[in-house]
Order: sequence, then C-alpha cells, then structure tokens
Amino acid sequence: MTDVRKLRPHTIIALVEDRPGVLNRIASKWRQRGFNIESLAVGHSEKVGLSRMTFVVDANVDANQVVRQLDKLVDVVDIRDISDQDIVSREMAMIKVRTDKTNRGQIIEIAELFQAEVVDVAPDAIILEATGREAKIDSLLRLLEDYEIIELCRTGKVAMLRGSAVSHPEPSEDEQYDRYPGQHTW
Amino acid sequence: MTTNDQKSGAQMVMEAFLREGVSTIFGVPGGANLPLYDVLPEYYPQIKHYLVKHEQSAAHAADAYARVTGKAGVCFGTSGPGATNLVTGIANAYMDSIPLVCVTGQVILALLGRDGFQEADIQGITIPITKHSELVLDVNDIPRVMQEAFHIATTGRPGPVLVDIPRDVFQKKGDFYWSDKVELRGYRVQTMPDPNEVAKAAELIERSEKPVLISGHGVIIAHAYDEIRELAEKGNMPVITTLLGIGGFPGTHPLYMGMPGMHGMYWNNIAISEADLVIGAGMRFDDRVTGRLKDFAPKADIIHIDIDPAEIGKNVRPAATLLGDAKISLQELNKLVVRKERPDWFSWLDEVRRDHPSITIRETDEVLPQFVIQKIYEATNGDCYVVTGVGQHQMWAAQYFWYDKPRSFITSGGLGTMGFEVPAAMGAQVAAPNDTVWSICGDGGFQMTLQELATIAEYEWPIKFAIMNNGTLGMVRQWQELFYEENTVATPLKNPDFVKLAEAFGILGLRAERKGEVESVIQQAMDHDGPVVIDFKVKYDENVFPMVPPGASLGETIDLPAHEPEKVAAG
Ligand SMILES: Cc1ncc(C[n+]2csc(CCOP(=O)(O)OP(=O)(O)O)c2C)c(N)n1
Ligand SMILES: [Mg+2]
Repeated sequence: MTDVRKLRPHTIIALVEDRPGVLNRIASKWRQRGFNIESLAVGHSEKVGLSRMTFVVDANVDANQVVRQLDKLVDVVDIRDISDQDIVSREMAMIKVRTDKTNRGQIIEIAELFQAEVVDVAPDAIILEATGREAKIDSLLRLLEDYEIIELCRTGKVAMLRGSAVSHPEPSEDEQYDRYPGQHTW
Repeated sequence: MTTNDQKSGAQMVMEAFLREGVSTIFGVPGGANLPLYDVLPEYYPQIKHYLVKHEQSAAHAADAYARVTGKAGVCFGTSGPGATNLVTGIANAYMDSIPLVCVTGQVILALLGRDGFQEADIQGITIPITKHSELVLDVNDIPRVMQEAFHIATTGRPGPVLVDIPRDVFQKKGDFYWSDKVELRGYRVQTMPDPNEVAKAAELIERSEKPVLISGHGVIIAHAYDEIRELAEKGNMPVITTLLGIGGFPGTHPLYMGMPGMHGMYWNNIAISEADLVIGAGMRFDDRVTGRLKDFAPKADIIHIDIDPAEIGKNVRPAATLLGDAKISLQELNKLVVRKERPDWFSWLDEVRRDHPSITIRETDEVLPQFVIQKIYEATNGDCYVVTGVGQHQMWAAQYFWYDKPRSFITSGGLGTMGFEVPAAMGAQVAAPNDTVWSICGDGGFQMTLQELATIAEYEWPIKFAIMNNGTLGMVRQWQELFYEENTVATPLKNPDFVKLAEAFGILGLRAERKGEVESVIQQAMDHDGPVVIDFKVKYDENVFPMVPPGASLGETIDLPAHEPEKVAAG
C-alpha cells in the first residue's frame, strides 16, 4: 500500500470557514514544514458559510502530521486525506496556443480527441478549454507541445468520494465531541 | 445571561473580562489601545492592570500567572512595536500550552494595510505561534470574539489567543451581549478516551514487569494530580516527570524518580531503555525527553495519554492511545488498574540509583550553583514558588529541588526563553501574593529583562531573585567545552555590579562570594519583607550532568562523574 501511495500524490479535501485569513493559516502549516502545495482549488461548498478546498501535495511528504495540525485550526471544520479512497477527480485547463492557417485544423483535431472545447479563435491564436482527470490534461498538453503554447492556466484538482458517500460527514451522535461551553477545564 | 446596553468596544472587552473572571492584566499603553486604558478605571478594583516596562514582560507575566492559577493570563500591547514586543511571550506560551488572551491595539480601520504609523500585521505575524487569532473589524463582534478567545485559550490543549482591535473599533458603540454557549463548528475537544483503548492500557499495565510512568505538563493542566498519584500507587509504578511535569507528582514521594532526558537522572534514562512499558501521560515525547528517537524505549510498549490528536503517533507509535483529558483518562484507567508487586524491577532500580551519583554535590570550597539551589530548598523547605530562566541554573533548579506542590515550578520549557525569570516571577507573585517566590536567574537571562526591577519596586512585590552569577552564558559555554573544543566565543559575560544595580532600583541587593556566606544571605533575603536581588558568585565552569549528548540515545547518557566523598543523595 505504501508503494502505491508513493506514486500517487496526496489528495486532501477540507471544509473551512469562508472568512479572511483562513487560507493564510492553512498555507502557514505547509510552509512551516517546507512542503510545497502542488495545487489548490477553493470555492463554495454545499454548506452555507463553508468553503471546500482540494489540495494536492507531493506523495513523498509526511502529509498526515500536517493534516492533523490543520484539523486543529478553529477555522477548519473537517479535513481528510482521500488519496487511498475511491474518488472522482477533475481539473480544468485553459490553453492558449499560437496558430495560423496551416495548423489550426490540426490543433482543433487534437482538441476534439480530448473533448476539449474551443472557446476563442483569433487569426493568430486559439484558446482551448479542457476538463478531465489530471492525466488527461497532461496528455493533451504533451500533444500540444508540438505547437507553441503561449499561455496555460490549470485550476488544480477538485475531488470527491464516489457514490453516495459524503466526503465530510457530520459527526454522528456517539462521535460528538465533548465541549466545555462557557466553562473551563479547571 | 443576556444584557442589553450600549457599550464602547473598549468597555465590551472589559465586560467580557468580568464575565470570564479576569482580575489581572499586564500591559503597556500606546496610541492604538488608549481607548482600552481610558475605561480601565471604571473596572477597578475588580480588574487590576499592572504597567510593565516592556511588552515581552507583559506576556511572560501573564503566562506565569496562568501557570500558577490555572486561569487564562491576560496582556495588553499597543499596535506596531507594542504588538511585536509580545511575540516572544506569545511563542513561549504556545510552546508550553499556556492559556493567554492577548489584546492588541491596531491602527484605525481606514489605515489597515496601508503602512499606517505603528502598523504591524500582528495577526499575520503570530499565525504560527497562536492557537487562534482574530482581527476585529466590527464592534458588534467583540463580545463573541472575546468569549471565543477564552474558550479556545483554556479548553482542550490550552494556548495563546490574540485579539487585534483597531483603535476606532474600540471607540465605536454597540449592544453588549453574552451567550451561555460558544458555538464553533471547527473546534472540537475530545475529553473521554475510547473505552477499548482504556481496557487495552489496563491490560498492558497488568502484564508489565518493568513499567515507568512519565507524567507531563498535561497532568498539571488538567489538575490530575490525585489521578496520577492513584495510578502510580495502585499500579505500583515508578514516576518520572518531564521538565514541565515537575510538581504534578509529589517530589518527595517514594515512587518519584525525577526528570528524564537530556539532563535527566541517569537511572531514568536507563530505566526507560530497559522498561517493557512506558506510559506517557500529558506529555509529547519531545526530543529533549526521548534522545535519539529511534532508540527510545526500545523494549517497551507505549501507552500515550494526551488531549491533542496531532500528538498521537507524532514521535512514537503507541500500543494504546487514550485520546482525552488527562484527568478523565486517568480516572477511567484507574478503575481498571490492579496492583502488582514488581520486586525485581524496583530492586534493580534501587541498584542503578545506588550505583550512580547523578545528583550529588561534591565537597569543595568553591560556590557551586547546585549547592546554592540546594540551600534555598533547605531554607524554604520547598514551600515556595520557584521560577527559572533558561540554561544551566534551570536544569539545576529542576534537579536539586523537590517540588511537592503542583504549579510551584515555573519554567520555560518548549521555547527555552532566556529572560523569562524576571517577568515570570512577577506573574507568579501576583498570582500567589501570600507565598514566597524565588526566581533562580542566570546572569545572562536576568540581563535580558532586568528593567522590570523598576516595576517590582513600584508594586513592592517581595520576589527573591537568586542570580547564579557564573560570569558566562553557562549552558552555551558547556556546549562549547564539550562539543566545540572549548572555543568559548561570545559566552563570557562582563557583568554589572548586581548589588548596586538593585539598589539603584530601590531594591535590597545582597552578595555571597564564599560558600560560608550562602546560607546567611538566603536567610537575610527571607527575613526581608520586600524584593531582594542576590548576587551569588558561583563557579564559572561547572557543567550540568547527567547529559545525553545531542544525537545520542538515552542509553548513552553520561552520568555525573563520580567523586569522593559523596555527600548528598537524592531524596
Ligand atoms: C532569548 C534566548 N537567547 C539565546 C538563548 C540560547 N541560550 C540557551 S542557554 C544560554 C545561556 C544562558 O546563560 P545564563 O542566563 O547566564 O544561564 P546559565 O546557563 O549560565 O545558568 C543561551 C545563550 C536562549 N535560550 N534564549
Ligand atoms: Mg550564567
């Protein structure tokens, strides 16, 4: 199992408060360990006031300890590493390629092969929009290397568990943690 | 409880303090937090503010106050330099899990992020050293933010919380409210351990022939003194306390074995290396405790009791994990633990202890710092608070003094902050006004915060400062001697006349230069009603032993070199 993990980067999903400074706190914990975040996607979640983040970090780092530290942050409601689970993941990319009359057709042909959409055409350039697994986008880019990519922007991966499983389940009754409302441990 | 009347932001902060039982604040005013100071008189004398000379001292004093009382410590600083001066104190509290609530003034809203005069992004600066922090933009958030701050600071694994409030937010008015519940969906504290793990732990204890129980700061934080004692006595196990765990278990108890780790007792490090079971209660297997991690407790199963999920499995792999409050966890465990005689283990431990000096004081005419500390112990009967700085004197204060009372040993563990000895003594004295506070100081550390002698003279806190004046940054000099071929660069100190210095502050200054003067000077200090600074001229090049060299395992501990004749043995 560890061998498989070595090949696959960590995919970590988090449900966080949608407020200033949260990203700063989270980024700070990765930075403290010198770990690079390869990609990060943030947006609203199904819950009001909570954002959903998807991180991808290098397979070889000790992400587990950082995830536990992040889980302690008051603004992080739930966080988990889902790398070993059955997930659906997607990424979107916009790719601007230099074109002219002679190669435009070839580029559109490649795009069709990957079900990428042509979202803008100019006499000297074309913008493609591709969605899919990271690997698919990687292959598309490899084919486009024969042409001149003048701009590339990838959203970073977003991921969720397959089937009806909820990625961030509410704590169940017996899993509810004790709190000390209004009073202290002493 | 809900009240409805218009208050200024500054008043709201103070109202929150009243509801949280805050009676003591340490701080320094400035432009940005002046509105807060403006309303202080309205809350006097329920809430007293002590003006210190540097914000670092405000944070350390609040920190020590929290260590002694078990309540949150509170400190104030203004924006910019006031806030950045708090940083060392906040980091210190963070590393030692001390509940602090720091309220800083900030530039007005319109100037935020525009390099306004005395603007520093203190929330950003302190992100890695606070349990939580808030920049309050709306006066109506103050009651909630303050309540959350105390809740977060004092529950679970405690820690410092910073609340940064712009000057104009202090001045705006709003309705004060106070709810009876803190709702933070992202903040959970698990207090009750998993019963299966408790049962597993009890079984491991029952099976064990050679157990050691390591009691840490968490036991003190959770007020689990009775519970740890019950576990030790019922389970019949020797007890080791970490540096910050000192006092959590009575220092004169027959099962007590002292401190482990880098400058721990030889027998403890050997016992841990031989043990078949190590129970870590409210401690985090810090590198100063474990030595080379991969050779830590090689023959032992580990039971880890801790409230912080991020500590479980961080350094060691426990065979049983009690994730929960130390008090509750120990109560649960104690229900299942049965007594077991372990005559072989105890006689082996006695033998190791007998054969190893570890903490004996050799016969000499020189004034040894250990000797001074031992004499303070004898003179006070241990009935006092002891505060220390960081360095050799700190280790000797941990080794040559027996602490029976929880919370009576106040020291900077995780961060190792020199200069802690002066302001922390102030916080301890305010927290325990009727008790004696001895501050065992380094001559180096004392000079990092000695400006507070003015504060001490002003408030007439009768603290006894015992400067271990070895004329050097001793602990660093020891490393230079042992690991850098005695290349003592930048460690010798050219010190001022500490007696005259004390007198300049209006404080009694005393000096002991010869061994024969030590006891009488200690007595003189104790007989004096006010603060005292004692300059103990101690030996320059005494080293702290036992010692685990950096990178070595506990099994490789170098014991105190044997000397003849042996004089004083460990209690
Ligand atoms: C603020 C700070 N700066 C530097 C150090 C590094 N350091 C650790 S111990 C020590 C020497 C302390 O000297 P002193 O206070 O005289 O105590 P001694 O070791 O001589 O008892 C130093 C410089 C530190 N711990 N804290
Ligand atoms: Mg010194």
